[in-house]
Amino acid sequence: MPTNSMPTDTASVLRHLPWNIGVRKPDPTIVVDDLVRSFGGLTAVAVEHLEFQRGAITGLIGPNGAGKTTLFNLLTGFDQPNTGQWSFDGRSLGRLKPHQVARLGVVRTFQLTKALSRLTVLENMKLGAQDQKGEKFLAALLPGWRAQEREIEARAMDLLTRFKLDAKAQDFAGTLSGGQRKLLEMARALMCEPKVVMLDEPMAGVNPALTQSLLEHVKNLREEGMTVIFVEHDMDVVRDISDWVVVMAAGRVIAEGPPESISQNKDVVDAYLGAHHDAPLTAEEEELVLAEAEVAIAAEKAEDADLPTETTRGL
Amino acid sequence: MSEFLDILALSVKSLVSQSAVFFALMGVGLNLHFGYTGLLNFGQIAFALLGGYGVAISVAMWGLPLLVGVLIGVVAAFVLALLLGLPTLRLRADYLAIVTIAAAEIMRLVFRSTPATPITGATRGLSGFGRDFYAVAPFETQRTYDFLGSTWTGREIWAVLVGWILVTLFSLLIWQLMRSPWGRVLKAIREDEDAVRSLGKNVYSYKMQSLVLGGVIASFGGMILVLATGSANPDQFQNANTFLAYAALILGGTARVLGPVVGSMILWFIIAFTDAGLAALIRNGIIPSEILSGPDVANIRFVLVGVGLMMLLIFRPQGIFGDRREIVLDAH
Amino acid sequence: MLISVRTRMSGQLAARILVVALTGFAVFLGLAVATQTSASAEGETIRVTLATSVSGPIEGVEVTVTDDQGDEVAQGSTDEDGRFEADLPGPGEYTVAINADDLPEGVTAAVTERPVTVAEGGVGRTAFALSDGSTGQGGGAARIPQLLVEGLRFGLLIAICAVGLSLIFGTTGLTNFAHGELVAIGAIVAWFLNVSAGLPLIAATAIAMAVGGFVGWLNDFALWGPLRRRGSGLIAMLVISIGLSLGLRYLLNIIFGGRSQPYADYRGQRANDYGPISLTDKDLFSIAISLVVLVVVALMLQRTKIGKAMRAVADNRDLAAASGINVDRVIRFVWIVGGSLAALGGVLFGLSDEVSWDMGFKLLLLMFAGITLGGLGTAYGALLGSVIVGMFVQLSTLVIADELKYVGGLLLLIVILVVRPQGILGSRARVG
Ligand SMILES: Nc1ncnc2c1ncn2[C@@H]1O[C@H](COP(=O)(O)OP(=O)(O)O)[C@@H](O)[C@H]1O
Ligand SMILES: [Mg+2]
Repeated sequence: MPTNSMPTDTASVLRHLPWNIGVRKPDPTIVVDDLVRSFGGLTAVAVEHLEFQRGAITGLIGPNGAGKTTLFNLLTGFDQPNTGQWSFDGRSLGRLKPHQVARLGVVRTFQLTKALSRLTVLENMKLGAQDQKGEKFLAALLPGWRAQEREIEARAMDLLTRFKLDAKAQDFAGTLSGGQRKLLEMARALMCEPKVVMLDEPMAGVNPALTQSLLEHVKNLREEGMTVIFVEHDMDVVRDISDWVVVMAAGRVIAEGPPESISQNKDVVDAYLGAHHDAPLTAEEEELVLAEAEVAIAAEKAEDADLPTETTRGL
Repeated sequence: MSEFLDILALSVKSLVSQSAVFFALMGVGLNLHFGYTGLLNFGQIAFALLGGYGVAISVAMWGLPLLVGVLIGVVAAFVLALLLGLPTLRLRADYLAIVTIAAAEIMRLVFRSTPATPITGATRGLSGFGRDFYAVAPFETQRTYDFLGSTWTGREIWAVLVGWILVTLFSLLIWQLMRSPWGRVLKAIREDEDAVRSLGKNVYSYKMQSLVLGGVIASFGGMILVLATGSANPDQFQNANTFLAYAALILGGTARVLGPVVGSMILWFIIAFTDAGLAALIRNGIIPSEILSGPDVANIRFVLVGVGLMMLLIFRPQGIFGDRREIVLDAH
Repeated sequence: MLISVRTRMSGQLAARILVVALTGFAVFLGLAVATQTSASAEGETIRVTLATSVSGPIEGVEVTVTDDQGDEVAQGSTDEDGRFEADLPGPGEYTVAINADDLPEGVTAAVTERPVTVAEGGVGRTAFALSDGSTGQGGGAARIPQLLVEGLRFGLLIAICAVGLSLIFGTTGLTNFAHGELVAIGAIVAWFLNVSAGLPLIAATAIAMAVGGFVGWLNDFALWGPLRRRGSGLIAMLVISIGLSLGLRYLLNIIFGGRSQPYADYRGQRANDYGPISLTDKDLFSIAISLVVLVVVALMLQRTKIGKAMRAVADNRDLAAASGINVDRVIRFVWIVGGSLAALGGVLFGLSDEVSWDMGFKLLLLMFAGITLGGLGTAYGALLGSVIVGMFVQLSTLVIADELKYVGGLLLLIVILVVRPQGILGSRARVG
């Protein structure tokens, strides 16, 4: 068992693994076992065994409704499974609240960006910092938190500069473009100094010019020793940056392996194009699949935006 | 003309009157709930009721000192906030709305019910608990004073003065809190609580702190009200008053420290002016009494407030002084 | 571009609101003139009603009113409707006493003296808790069947009012705090037609339902529709509905007056015995009418095209829109149906508890309890939940004072939210 798996050789370590579903990873950080979540009759997630390698970038792909977001929700405490358990660095995470999971170092972003509109970009960032003295009621009344606040602000400005948002620091986050919000959300997650970052479609809706810099940021996270799990529809992106790819369909993991293994996998092709299709994906077909996926995402978004479920829609 | 001046003087008086104080305190609490945290508390009046009756019952029924009564009122408001918050703060925003409005109605019905007579005096209410309060006034409370063009009793001045001191203190408190990281978390919760959770903050605990603090501030409003009027009566604590407080808050501007204070003053100026104005018009036969009679005038204010609240939210949600920019961010 | 659309939108909105305000004012003037006689007779009065469900109204009981000095200010006995009414010298505290010896055989009063506070120009009302042997206060378990049937009646009535509230929530996401006023408007329109204009109550109810449907339509046409198209936030809409509720409620107070009034028809009915329970004919008819109406509503939802469309929109608005359903039309229809059902519910409530300006608000919280229990936004959930709430309210009088029975219902609401916030038929919300 290689305990000294440096970020740089993670990819090569993974390359030697068999392309089996549920394969053991040399140094797993998150381990999922028999996780089931169903909504009424619909089984949204049913994962038997899944491990995420520490220090690697794992791409999670699958058609819409595959259960990727639901899996994220379960792993980060935003939803409770019907059965099953999962652990982070050997510590069981079942029954933990979202904020407790985040404090352990597993931080996620959302498919539909959650920029805090009427807070400035800088305030958004500062919110991400952990263990702030001034976040306690009584301490907030005394000036003791100011020194820490200055440190946090410096760190926030630093990150904003890296994400090219420093010019916007004093603007309301609500004035940012969709792509900038995605950037902000990722930068804000980094303010938590997480060990694992889970990004739900970080590239969706981001203009192509920004995509490249976002990709660079994700790669940098790996260099800094973070584990990245991300959901993405664009196959090129997935091929480009992931060390390992997990494919979900109808709640199950139907394949996992290095990026190049995926487009040759018959189950994956079937999942995307429906059964009775036995050739590997051609470039045009891939385009088609992606276009369909995008339409479906857009529809899903419109739907989500109208759900009367979520709380704070202010005046 | 002199009648008009009288009306004007009366309206000016109500700018700083006990009603303005009462609604300013309710509004400061609501601003914390609704303006900063995004909590839909529609039962703010219940906190005021507990504050008011806390003092009234402790002093008039149990013979305790005034300060103990104040303490009891605050503790009661604290406990109510916990009771309301525990089940609902995990749920959708409108559940808190329904539960708080229901709780406020429950409290009023219980306090005015016959079985509660030995404690609350039922519909008659309680009186005769203000002696200690007026005894500590640094001036003569038995005589009247001329001030701002109208006549004030010494008692009125003392109650209103203490009230405005409280308003100032609580506004300072909110101001300090809202520029701290604590306040930042509250504002973030208002925007999107799941995002805040994903950043490791215990949203539930912050909402609870907000609910408790805002409720306690409102309980002081109730205390001032019963001390100023000299009696605690369940019908002073009508549900509709919560919405008057909302109107004041939105008029002055939500999520601004002075919003509820300014809003409450303006609201009471408008109410006093229309009340007195309509009464004068009826008295002089300009409005025929078949259409509007004396007792209706008190109801007109609620009609105006209701319509005003709608109009504000439809056409000027940022309040009269607000900045449109912030609101536009929220339209989608 | 966006800006100009917005301005036009709010210009249109302003115009609509003006139209509505003018209509409202015209109606207000009309009604105010119609009520002239009752409105001009202001002055303080006291009113006492004595009745039990079995004996009906009790006639010939001596009533004495004393002021806070202990001086007698009025005296007399109850009429055939069990009522006693007298003018008072002014506002203040009074004590009303009844002579228990005058009560019929088997009827006893828990208290014979009650305090009343009368506001300026107001009416002091009081009722005495009377118990009548068979189904009396002390009956305990023997009262359960009786209370269950009364609870059924009350619950069905809540359901009729709440179906609209629930469907509106389901189709538009609006938590409409002004729905209670639709109930009160129905009851009050029927009252004016019945009492002032002398129409039979059944005809008055039909007209009131038409008016209720119109008011529902107007709600959507003039206010909620434009706001929805403008993309107003749900919380802003919720507060707007509060404003509307407040404004309408006190407008009704001005138009109708502060006291509660019975309809002219079906007064003073005596209860008939049906085994362990006894019911007046109007209660029986109330149950029958409610059942028939609710079955018709259920059939409409289940069988008709518009009903299916309503359920589809409530289930998933965008999916419904994508599959070619005209969502705006469906929502407007929901408002019309909801408004006229609320009006009917109002009449039934007025029949059992008299008509008053704030009756809608009283019922609103119980409606919320019902639809929350059933699962917000589901039509059948609203039905089921309301019936349970109604029964619970009545049964709660076994252990708590009658005047506190609504408190029981509201407490139930809070308990439901703790135990099963998604209601019986609802499902959990999604994140992410
Ligand atoms: N709260 C919910 N209630 C009902 N169904 C849900 C809920 N959340 C997700 N689903 C369903 O679960 C399935 C998986 O959804 P999701 O995890 O969002 O898919 P993905 O992110 O892979 O596109 C979908 O069919 C979706 O409709
Ligand atoms: Mg998803």
